[in-house]
Amino acid sequence: MSSLQSQDYIRISATTITPPSVRHHEAEVAKLIDVTRCIGCKACQAACMEWNNLRKDIGYFEGSYDNPMDLDPATWTLMRFTEWDNPKTGDLEWLIRKDGCMHCEDPGCLKACPAPGAIVQYANGIVDFISEHCIGCGYCVKGCPFNIPRISKVDHKSYKCTLCSDRVAVGMEPACVKACPTGAILFGSKKDMTDWAGERIKDLKTRGFENAGLYDPPGVDGTHVMYVLHHADQPSIYANLPANPRISPTVEFWKGLIKPFALAGIAASIVAGFLHWVVTGPNEVQPEDEEEAEQFEKEVEEAHLHTISDKPA
Amino acid sequence: MTNTWQDIKNANVVIVMGGNAAEAHPCGFKWVIEAKIENAAKLVVVDPRFNRTASVADYYAPIRPGTDIAFLSGVIKYLLDTDQIQHEYVRAYTNASLIVKEDYTFDDGLFSGYHPDTHSYDQTKWEYELDEQGFAKVDDTWQHPRCVMALLRQHVARYAPEVVSRICGTPQDKYLHICRLIASTAAPDKAMTSLFALGWTQHSVGSQNIRTMAMVQLLLGNIGVAGGGMNALRGHSNIQGLTDVGLLSNQMPGYLILPHETEVTFEDYMKTRAFKPLRPNQMSYWQNYRKFFVSFQKAMYGDSARLENDWAYDWLPKLDVPLYDIIKAFEMMNHGQMNGYICQGFNPLQAFPDRGKIRSGLSKLKFLITMDPLDTETSRFWEDFGPLNPADSAAIQTEVFQLPTTCFAEENGSLVNSARWLQWHWKAANGPDKAKSDIWIMSNIFHRVRELYRKEGGAFPDPILGLTWKYVDPQDPNPEDLAKEMNGRTHVDIADSTGAVTVRAGHLLDGYQQLRDDGTTESGCWIFSGCFTEHGNQMARRDASDPREQGIAPNWAWAWPANRRILYNRASCDPAGNPWNPVKPIITWNGTQWVGIDVPDYGPTIKPSEGVGPFIMNTEGTGRLFASEMVDGPFPEHYEPFESPIANPLHPKVNTNPAARVFPDDRAKFGSVSDFPYVATTYRLTEHFHYWTKHALINAILQPEEFIEIGEALAQEKGIVQGGWVRLTSKRGFMVCKAYVTKRIKPLMVEGKPTHVIGVPIHWGFTGQARKGFGANTLTPSVGDANSQTPEFKAFLVNIEPASGPVA
Repeated sequence: MSSLQSQDYIRISATTITPPSVRHHEAEVAKLIDVTRCIGCKACQAACMEWNNLRKDIGYFEGSYDNPMDLDPATWTLMRFTEWDNPKTGDLEWLIRKDGCMHCEDPGCLKACPAPGAIVQYANGIVDFISEHCIGCGYCVKGCPFNIPRISKVDHKSYKCTLCSDRVAVGMEPACVKACPTGAILFGSKKDMTDWAGERIKDLKTRGFENAGLYDPPGVDGTHVMYVLHHADQPSIYANLPANPRISPTVEFWKGLIKPFALAGIAASIVAGFLHWVVTGPNEVQPEDEEEAEQFEKEVEEAHLHTISDKPA
Repeated sequence: MTNTWQDIKNANVVIVMGGNAAEAHPCGFKWVIEAKIENAAKLVVVDPRFNRTASVADYYAPIRPGTDIAFLSGVIKYLLDTDQIQHEYVRAYTNASLIVKEDYTFDDGLFSGYHPDTHSYDQTKWEYELDEQGFAKVDDTWQHPRCVMALLRQHVARYAPEVVSRICGTPQDKYLHICRLIASTAAPDKAMTSLFALGWTQHSVGSQNIRTMAMVQLLLGNIGVAGGGMNALRGHSNIQGLTDVGLLSNQMPGYLILPHETEVTFEDYMKTRAFKPLRPNQMSYWQNYRKFFVSFQKAMYGDSARLENDWAYDWLPKLDVPLYDIIKAFEMMNHGQMNGYICQGFNPLQAFPDRGKIRSGLSKLKFLITMDPLDTETSRFWEDFGPLNPADSAAIQTEVFQLPTTCFAEENGSLVNSARWLQWHWKAANGPDKAKSDIWIMSNIFHRVRELYRKEGGAFPDPILGLTWKYVDPQDPNPEDLAKEMNGRTHVDIADSTGAVTVRAGHLLDGYQQLRDDGTTESGCWIFSGCFTEHGNQMARRDASDPREQGIAPNWAWAWPANRRILYNRASCDPAGNPWNPVKPIITWNGTQWVGIDVPDYGPTIKPSEGVGPFIMNTEGTGRLFASEMVDGPFPEHYEPFESPIANPLHPKVNTNPAARVFPDDRAKFGSVSDFPYVATTYRLTEHFHYWTKHALINAILQPEEFIEIGEALAQEKGIVQGGWVRLTSKRGFMVCKAYVTKRIKPLMVEGKPTHVIGVPIHWGFTGQARKGFGANTLTPSVGDANSQTPEFKAFLVNIEPASGPVA
């Protein structure tokens, strides 16, 4: 959202600058979404729209209670309704999952982001998009294992749930948490939320949900938004919640291994350029140079897109 | 509600039937979740479709719309057959032992005393057999063939599980599972709460739907206890207040009854309102009726209401029919018998059945005044919106005055919630532009009408000229003034038993116990007396402290009557005065008086040995398993909805409620199953509040467009695709909208045949920000509940076909 809380950063995209460290005492927070007590009322959606001042255009009925139909730059959270026939009991279950950013401990979006400081992670675990640094490249979309960020067609910036970082920074709970009438969305320290989830799971097991469990996927080192699920053994029945989310290996490889070399390369070319300027003076750009550069850029981009689209959906 | 929202958390079983609490009352529903989490409660949902409440339920069973009485009569039979009732409670606190006169019979769908020409019963046929002193005769052994318990057993004997399943379409195993869950609360320390709403009221047997569950609750000993009760979840934030202050056409504030024209004098009127106890020692609190009535007349007419003129009794309007409900009003408009209509905070073109009839009624008026914060469909009934509102504007001569009002957040005042709490609220913002408060508008209409009467006389100016208007600002009385008027004040010093003056002349009353019938006290609404006293505005209290954490919070706002939070709470104790459930006591007898966390619903020092029943408003002192007050029978009986896919399996000759009032032109517009083979029901969705929030952008985004819900089997049969367009027709009209093909509605096996149910959410109309729609009332039949005339919105017949696209 903004960089007003820069002293809370622990990770910053596309930079090797050491994040500030004075606030590392902060407890990690988590939002716990108890799917088993959610009634799908969409109060969280309304609260999100009000607090963040988001208003999507009025849509259409499209064969579902999901409205709007998908996340978008003006819809940062959304109830996803699934009618599921439980094969074991033969009974219908109406699974309602509040979708939105999971605030991964190991955020794929941040890793993929090439724009310095456009994605940050705070000491409390919240992953935030700093819009003024966003270049709208869409790498965060590819880096996210949960398919969350959306690029605005208007300003070409990426948007997603901030976990109300502005509210949390001043000691308030996220707007969706405050609005939830049944206490299905809770907010607190990650430890407290995990402990309370344990209580809920115990209760659910007494009600016949033997596979009830907490969704805090290890593939991204856990998340700061967690779910209590009745059927934690099958997350995918909840509107395709990934069973084992991981950051795409391409992103990991590119950002983990290649990036230092790439950055070194960039630095080297700057140095070389400077030396060139010192030694032989500025280059005059000729039209054919320009054309060649554009062609090169295009090729690089295509190669890149090809690499990214290889990653599993 | 007999209990409170917070009290739901004390329940062991929560049954939601005839309502959809999660969908329509998401905020209050937190207490159901609380009951599940903190009290290990089981949540049971019985509904035609798997709804949002069902999504978090422990057990769900489907039911065909309009068959709840069959289901619950079966439950009663199950409880009696398996002897799972709370015996001591039933014996002491219900009328199970009372003996009914020989005149009472029930035969082939009809109770005794039926007049086919007037579609009404002679209810005197259903009275108790009295002894020489005028008390009802009793057989505590329940052996007498005409004691209520024996008659009840006999009455419900027909509702065997296979019969229930055949009528309701509920699979027998699911039905019996729910019977067992319900029966588990017959234990004295277990409670079930019944949460219901318009899913029960909006039927031609609406009042009896509720009564049947009340009888179940009495048999289980679940009335008056923590976590129990009959809890009507009201559909508007102040609809409880509306009934409390008597805005129904046959009522006056505080559930006093407007006189009938046959009650020519005040004494005629009081003759049938003596409320003489039918059992010895009973309080029969309505014996104070005269005090409430006289104090009301003093509040209305002040010095003009005197003993000599029978407290201005003659000035009250007198009814010539049982009531002038809205169905009746539109019938009269259509026949030119009602020419002007003031529509205050009401949108009948959207909210009342058979939209075409509503439109034609409004078109025949001389004038229509609408008072509303929103641009309602009713205000624009004359405007042509194509098929959504086909109006021939040029032919309509109705003069329409659209008066914009402030809304609740733009004024001070109180709202009465479902739990009978009067909660004061404070103005948050000024109203937009020229909007005025309802109080300002009504006051100004009154002043101008009074002026005309002063100048021109008229046939009967007295009630207008004699009305008191003692407000600080007569043009715009402030809400505090009005609240004080409802609370009431005394004109003489009131002393306690020691002679000490407790309330000085001219001061506000402490409560209705101080009301008198000699004209020395006044109170505009006796049940509200105590809400605004010399100690201040009790409704504005905001102390949430809750002794025993049982959801009582006695110092939060103020509850009628007498700040009592749980009605009939004397019944939470056994006859000796010990709580049935010692873990969750409400009151208890300490040897000299009743003490506890709530105001006792009982005389505070009445000894348990006096045998005074806990149902102090009733002449018997007990809860009624047999109620001669109901116009359509002392026991509930299953009657089919007026549009039904089958003939009544119990008595085909008496198919529908014989005591329901049906106007001939409405009857002509009932469809038959041959033309309209599918059952339809209407309902609300969480994203919207009735027809208001379609004016609000966020709500319009969250649920933008009209749709209906249809099961997969019927959709496949009809070639209807997910999100595709359909044309839904009833005998009265049609809608073209999109279809939601869902697993949540499944065909029900009714009388051996699959019966399909189609769900019609109600929220869309032709004004507001959401996409325009037809409105469910385009389809619904104009017939009401026999007792209350609440329209039958929940069960009717339709046909459905795929459509090629929108028509409007």
